[in-house]
Amino acid sequence: MVNVLKRVGVFLLVLAITCAFYMGYRQLFLSTGWTWPFKVDQYAMPRLQDIVSRLWEPAATEQPPLAQLLVQRALFTAREAAAGFVIGAVVGIAIGVVFHFSNIMRRGFQPYVVGSQTVPILAIAPMVVIWLGGQGLPVWMPVAVISAFLTFFPVAINTLRGLDSTDPRKLELMRSYAASEWSTLWRVKFPCSLPYLFSAFKVAATASVVGAIIGELPSSIQDGLGGAILNFAQYYSLDPSALWATNIIAALLGILFFSIVAIAEHLVVRRAPENVA
Amino acid sequence: MNGAAAVSIRNVSKTFGTGGTRALQNIELEFQPGEFVSLIGPSGCGKSTLLRVIGDLIEPTEGEAVVGGKPAHQARLDRDYGMVFQEATLMDWRTIEKNVSLPLEMMGWSREKRRARVAELLELVELTGFESHHPWQLSGGMQQRVAIARALTFNPSLILMDEPFGALDEMTRDRLNLELLRIWEATKATVVFVTHSIFEAVFLSSRVVVMSARPGRVQQIVDIDLPYPRTTETREETRYFELATQVRELLRESHSGRDGAGEGS
Amino acid sequence: MRRLRRAVAEWAPALLILVLGLAGWEVAVNAFGIQKFLLPKPSEIAAAFWDQRSILWPAGWYTFTEAFWGFVIGVSFGIGAAVVLARFRAVGSALMPYFIAASAIPIIAFAPIANAWFGIEKSSKIFIAALLCFFPVLVNTLRGLTSVKPQQVELMRSYAARDFTVFKRVRIPTSLPYVFASLKVASVLAMIGAIVGEYFGGSQQQLGIQIKNSAALFQFETAWAAILVACILGVGFYLAVSVAEILTMRRYPSAERARR
Repeated sequence: MVNVLKRVGVFLLVLAITCAFYMGYRQLFLSTGWTWPFKVDQYAMPRLQDIVSRLWEPAATEQPPLAQLLVQRALFTAREAAAGFVIGAVVGIAIGVVFHFSNIMRRGFQPYVVGSQTVPILAIAPMVVIWLGGQGLPVWMPVAVISAFLTFFPVAINTLRGLDSTDPRKLELMRSYAASEWSTLWRVKFPCSLPYLFSAFKVAATASVVGAIIGELPSSIQDGLGGAILNFAQYYSLDPSALWATNIIAALLGILFFSIVAIAEHLVVRRAPENVA
Repeated sequence: MNGAAAVSIRNVSKTFGTGGTRALQNIELEFQPGEFVSLIGPSGCGKSTLLRVIGDLIEPTEGEAVVGGKPAHQARLDRDYGMVFQEATLMDWRTIEKNVSLPLEMMGWSREKRRARVAELLELVELTGFESHHPWQLSGGMQQRVAIARALTFNPSLILMDEPFGALDEMTRDRLNLELLRIWEATKATVVFVTHSIFEAVFLSSRVVVMSARPGRVQQIVDIDLPYPRTTETREETRYFELATQVRELLRESHSGRDGAGEGS
Repeated sequence: MRRLRRAVAEWAPALLILVLGLAGWEVAVNAFGIQKFLLPKPSEIAAAFWDQRSILWPAGWYTFTEAFWGFVIGVSFGIGAAVVLARFRAVGSALMPYFIAASAIPIIAFAPIANAWFGIEKSSKIFIAALLCFFPVLVNTLRGLTSVKPQQVELMRSYAARDFTVFKRVRIPTSLPYVFASLKVASVLAMIGAIVGEYFGGSQQQLGIQIKNSAALFQFETAWAAILVACILGVGFYLAVSVAEILTMRRYPSAERARR
């Protein structure tokens, strides 16, 4: 009970300090008029209360509140990100398993798996959208594929590391049972690599949201957060609070995805407590 | 029991890597069914390697191991033996019950049969009530008892043990020695036991195989003529100390001389 | 000679895949009649790459410097903050969940605001890249610095070692694998940050704008050639970090072994 209170206390404290820092910085720079690192005015840094209250104001004239709009957009992006996460996780695990069992495949393809992450997905996105959209798929599916592109890599790398790092003594035990490769993989190697897998999933959760947003940007997709960001960026000089509010919602989405994976990890991975200094 | 040896080691040699370490040289041994044999020797004498040759986890460079009349390879595929290592090698993510039932799962036993067998085995090693615990919640000695229970799931006629009590404190070790003897008498299996401890070897075994330093050869086999069942009192008998001293002197020779005939140091 | 042969054997499968892949690509575009918009032939991309090199390479380099400086700033602050927090353990462990949460935020959404602050030239992209690098490096470095086995600390204390010595001789080597893993991730993130940042507003000298503009003008071979430039620079950046890792780890063989 005390622990919970402590955690809540720390949370409130961190929240308060962050807000105070923001307002303090803003106030200081407004009054002194310093221009380094950047000039501060009510467009560069709107008041905190304006940002928060903006959420309850209409998104545009005669429109529902901004918060409602942003949540709808966030759900749209969330669907793409979730699909991208699943696709990326499956592909990543498959690649990890193949690389684990086949040295030739690993030597042949690993450089390209690593190199794939240097391809600017922002540039590829429109092409993926047109190609898959032309196949009659709903518009969020291509973005899910783009999101999967950022997701599969950490999962692949960590699956491989996890499988490779299985305790050799456990493998010897399984050999003494004349266990098949599949049996050993399923009963020993996979469970041993769950901690690695989940640490990759946490990275992948964030990457899937980032991928979904980036995928939406150049693809003229209006219904997601990417579209909202572009829209409010365009009108920033008129309505800066809207873009800041969008950032807050996007941040919450990222944290939500991450938290879901973290909770799943807590439920699934049962390990001896770590012994470190 | 038709008088066939439980384990037959015929002219086994093992060299690791081309032109590398010669771990074993021309080992000839025979263990009868129901025996308790210890392998003891200086570090690097290949006793663990020999155990793994018997278990078909390492292939000998020359010679062969025959287990229960079959080649060691077939014995492994038929799951004729159980093995206990120095580290309990329990799966952290499984409960004690599921750890012991692992080999049974692999053989496709039904859940009821598995549960019944696990209950039997946990009773044998006196760990009833710990089914739902996780390995890290148990002491080292308890973890090893779980490993022993797991090794006994198929009622093997041969049990291979590689310094199973090496990581435990003396008190626990002594207690587990007694438990092991009780289990051995209950299951009537043949036990091949690798150890560093002279007292442990003499206390447990019917015969002690003393091996020489690398490359490992059989230096001498000591018959332990202490009567079974052995108790804590056995540890205070004169004969016990005589035998231990005999083994100790053999070890001293094997440490100093190449062919065991060197001067005592 | 044997090392050379081993290196060749190691890389041969990858080279084979590359050759087969490019050949297959070239054939497939013709065979399946893939539109230029989606995927030009490698030969056409190579031609555009060569023709436009006087525009693309400087643009690539410009974008790379944005990523590079963002990387340097983000990593320095990240490691610095981690070192401080490792010293004040209670604060560090209380704040750790927040840093982890912060690295879960899609910081890329902040890019247009950064443009409003710093204008569309370099600084805004450097800022975004630095912000992207900061949190992952902080979290991983802090984790590495605090993952020391208690026995090692006790051993040092038995030598009456001061905190600083413990830090230098035990914590730093232990944290190196974690730090370098995060640096490799950060190098990729920095490039992403720079290019996406440019998308929201940039000038002709930037690679992201080159990609955007040539695509808009239907010059897809050029767009792909620009993408190729981005890949080459990204791979180069990643390799540079890997080389730095190998060189540093040589001084700490036990850390090297731990990495394996």
